This record gives sequence, C-alpha cells and structure tokens, in this order.
Amino acid sequence: MKALSQKRRHPLAAVVLLAIALILTGGLYAVATASNQAQAASSTTYTASDIEEGQKLFVSNCATCHGLNAEGTVDGPSLVGVGAAAVDFQVGTGRMPMQMQGTQAQVKPRQFNDEQTHQLAAYVASLGAGPTVPEDEHLDVTKGDAANGAKVFLANCAMCHNAAGAGGALTRGKWAPTLMGVSEKHIYEAMETGPQNMPVFNDANITPEEKRDVITYLKAQEVNESPGGFKLGSLGPVSEGLLIWTLGLGIVIAFTIWLTSRSA
Amino acid sequence: MGNHRDSTEEVSSVAVTSLEASKEKFPDPGLPPHSPRLTDVDPKQNKKAERHVTLLFVISILGALLFWFAYFGIRVEGNFYDVTNPENNHLLRLQNLFLGLGIALSMFGIGIGIVHWARALMPDHEMVEMRHPVSSEESRAEAQDIMETIIDESGIKRRPLLRNTLIGSIILAPLTFVTLFRDLGPANPSLLKHTLWDQGVRLVRDPSGTPIKAADVTIGSAYHVLPENLQSLTHETGYVEEKAKAVVLLMRINPAELNISEDRKDWNVDGILAFSKVCTHVGCPIALYEQRTHHLLCPCHQSTFDAANECEVIFGPAAHPLPQLPIAVDEEGYLVAQSDFHEPVGPAYWERAKHVNEMAGEAN
Repeated sequence: MKALSQKRRHPLAAVVLLAIALILTGGLYAVATASNQAQAASSTTYTASDIEEGQKLFVSNCATCHGLNAEGTVDGPSLVGVGAAAVDFQVGTGRMPMQMQGTQAQVKPRQFNDEQTHQLAAYVASLGAGPTVPEDEHLDVTKGDAANGAKVFLANCAMCHNAAGAGGALTRGKWAPTLMGVSEKHIYEAMETGPQNMPVFNDANITPEEKRDVITYLKAQEVNESPGGFKLGSLGPVSEGLLIWTLGLGIVIAFTIWLTSRSA
Repeated sequence: MGNHRDSTEEVSSVAVTSLEASKEKFPDPGLPPHSPRLTDVDPKQNKKAERHVTLLFVISILGALLFWFAYFGIRVEGNFYDVTNPENNHLLRLQNLFLGLGIALSMFGIGIGIVHWARALMPDHEMVEMRHPVSSEESRAEAQDIMETIIDESGIKRRPLLRNTLIGSIILAPLTFVTLFRDLGPANPSLLKHTLWDQGVRLVRDPSGTPIKAADVTIGSAYHVLPENLQSLTHETGYVEEKAKAVVLLMRINPAELNISEDRKDWNVDGILAFSKVCTHVGCPIALYEQRTHHLLCPCHQSTFDAANECEVIFGPAAHPLPQLPIAVDEEGYLVAQSDFHEPVGPAYWERAKHVNEMAGEAN
C-alpha cells in the first residue's frame, strides 16, 4: 500500500489506471454478450447454411403441396409467416409431410431428424416473421403453477381436448388429439401457432408464463391417478357406455339365466 | 283348459282337425320328473344354505356401513383441486372407491340373498295354473249391449250441448298443469332478456380479467371473454348467474371469408367477431371452434354453427343462430361492447318472441 501511495503521482499513473478500467469494462462486456449469444444460438438463430440446406429439403419434400417458394397451392396453405414454431411442431411430431390428403394430418413416426427439422424451420422462418421456437425457460415445468394452468386450461382448452386432456371429437371427421405424452415444446408450439383447425393462442392471449402453467398442469395430469376407479381412457360417456352395454349387460344376462335355471 | 277346447270346437271344425293333427305330431311331454334338492333331503345342507343367506344379508349391512364410513369418516383436507398434491388425490380416490363399493355390496347382498333363499329353501314343488277361458261371442255381445245402454241412457247423442262441453272440459283441464311448467323458469322472465354487456363495457380475458387490444387478436385467434363489470360482483350478488349469461367467444376471421348482412356491417372490428357462448338449444357452453372451417360445435348435442355466416345453424337440434355482440374499439385500442345483445341469449322460453320484438324496438 505504501508503494502504491508513493507512485500515485507518477506521470504514467493515469495511463495505467485508464488501461485497467478499459480492460475491465471491455472484458465484462465481452463475457456478457458471449453468454447472450450462446443462449440465442440454442434455439432461435439460424445460419445461412441452415437456410440453404432447409430450402433443399423443402423443395424435395414439401413443395408438391406448399409450392416451390412456399407460396401455397390448392393442396396446401402458404407457409410465409407461419414461423419456425409451426415447422418444428408439424415436422417434429411427424404430422408433416402428410401421408395422404385427408380431414386431418395424423401423428406418425417423424421423417426428419432434429438437424433437418432445424434447417427446415430456418428456411420457413426466413420467408417471413412468425412465432419462434420457444425458449427453454418457458418450458420448465418446475417453475410453472399447475393450479393457474388448470384454470387457463379449463377456460381455453378443455372444451375440445377434454377436461383430462384425453382429446375429443370435432365436426365432420375431425378431432382434437390427446395431450397426454406430448412434449412440453410441442404443446407450447401448438398453442402459439394453432395447427390445422386449432385456434391460435398468441402471447397476448395466453402469456408465455400462462402457457408454462398449462404445460405444468398437463404434466401433472399425466402422472396423477384417476380420483375414482378406472379411467377408461378418460373419454367420458363413449367408453363408459360401451363398457356398461357389453360387460354390464352381460352380467345382467348371466344373472337372469341363473335366476331362471332349475335349482339342484 | 276344457272351456278353451269347447269354444274352439263350436267355432270351426277345420280348426279342430288341425289341432288334432298337431296333437299327433307333438305329444304333450308333460312336466319333467320332480327331483328333490340337496337342501330338501339333507338337513345339514339346509342349515348351510340358511347360513349362506344370512351371510349375504350381513354383507349387505356391512356394505351400507362401509358407505357411511367413507362418506362421513374420510375427510379430504385443504384444496382438493390441487392436482400436484398426491396426498389429497389418494384420499379422494379411496373415498370414491369405498362409496361405490359400499353401495354395490349393500344392493348385491340383498338381491343375491333373497334369490338364494327362494331357490334353496322355499318349497320348490311345481304348480300348474290353468289358462283363463277366452271370451265367447255371447259375452262380447253382452259387453256391446252394456255400452249401448250407457250411450242411450246418458243421452249423449241426443244432447250435443252436454257432449261438447264435456269434450271442452276434458281438453282444458290437463292444460292447467302445462301452465304450471312456466313456474319452473325464473319468476321474472325479463331477467333472461338482459346481460351485463352495455355500451362501452370492455371485453376482458377469462380467467385473468385483463382487457384485450384489437391488434392482439390475430387471424385464427380465439379468446374466451367476460364483461369487465362482472369483476365487481360477488357470489352473493349474482356473479355466477351473470357470468352464465354473459360469456362470449371472440375470434378473428379474414374479412374476405365473412358473409355479413347489411344491418350488422359495423358489429365487427376488421373481422373480429363476438358471439354468445350459450347454445340456443338447451344452453350448453359452446367453445369448440375450428379456425379454418369456422365451425362452432356444441359438445352436448352436436349443434354446429357457422361463425363466418353470423353463426347460422348448419347441423343439429338448435333452432336459432347464436346471438352476436356488437363490438368496437375505444380510444386506447381496447375492445368494448357497443351495446347489450340484440336478442335474448340461450335457449328459447315462453316470452322470447315478445322480448326479441321489444329489444329490436329498443335498439332502433
């Protein structure tokens, strides 16, 4: 300390002090921006080569229905502005490419791996601004509030997807699929983009935090056992009616036969 | 039995020959030989069966006690809607199981016990009950005579005034009961006429209660909406009743796909439409909205409405379209109602047609 206080009036002291301050600020800034970039690169940034590869995949796999420039044809809608989230959901769950034209695209083993899906998403995202693939922070169910999620789910989702998330029938052969076993990311993306006939629930309607609450509720539903006996698929009167008309009526008939048989 | 044969012989000889022929083809097998049951011959078995029946009745009693134990004994503490608390869920599951099992055992025990009693212990000798004689021509003519005498003596043919007033009273008397059904509805039916919606009431999200900016409702979006002034009500001041009438579904459809009549041109904001969520059939909440076909489906009886076409009924038992809520944007950009609904929401009721006319008059 004595040495320092002696040299503080040295002509070079100001230069040294300035240099130390600059290195400190610059270094901190570099660390901060680097960590930001690392977060962003994980899901939402795409390189030029991603887009290029994605376009190749698109032209060979998707362009028949969606058009060479994703402008849409009579067989498929335009993909301009649907965003990376829509691609990640549709391709990631195997719905796209569709097996055949029909009332609804069905879930099947997916055709593209993670990297190819990422490249396709990069290409479609480059066509126009749209919903992005969600941040991991909004998919972390340990931070969500299941009780609030239940309220949001009952007001917005349960009418089609059933109070237990087991899915249900819609008009003219369409249906709302089950939500049990669907990954956190795909649930989030479905709310954000409104695949097929599902309405869009954008971030202004259901905020990212509320979406996380809904996902938390659904994940809790997956592990919760039924509060009253057999679930029978949680499908309500359809499966319950089938059971009582076959098994229940069978038991009644068996008892009737026993009643009227001759006693020995 | 003898009487039966006698009367057929009188009527036709053809019938007799066919009867005789069938007699030869199918000889009467008679009753199978009576074999005594184990409980009839063996007093030990008799005692055993008695014990079984007693046991079944005791099972029934225990079942009833199990039910009351589950109903009063098992208490689920705290908030049992908390899905993340497995403790409550287990208790609820246990209670439901014992409630069902208790009722099932108490009914099952009585039923099986009585049947077993009848089959094993009550006398099992066969009994033959003779068929009653079929009515003859004579008795038929006798009955006709009685009817004619009644008609003649009452003078119903000669006194048309008496006959007509009787018919009138028979028709009107049961109708008094139909009038009583009116009382099943609210005492003051104009309660059904108005909802909380009014000029300038903001549309807010269900359940968060936050207002909605028109710009946030993108094409394909669906919002579940309540009136902002609902938040000032409590359970005691009619929160549930008002909410049930005022629930609204908000969606945005590309204006090019809309088909709107002239007098409703300014009821939407750039394709943002608001419709009552209460089905016009029997009042189920409708919110199964398909954003591409614009179909709205009622989950109760499959009534389907076309949102792009003023919610007209395209399938199912509903009788009239869902009422539309006229909306506008306030100076801050939030969606507000222009007025209340222009017709009563929900299913039809006694005074509905009158109210529709009144409300049309008020709107103009």
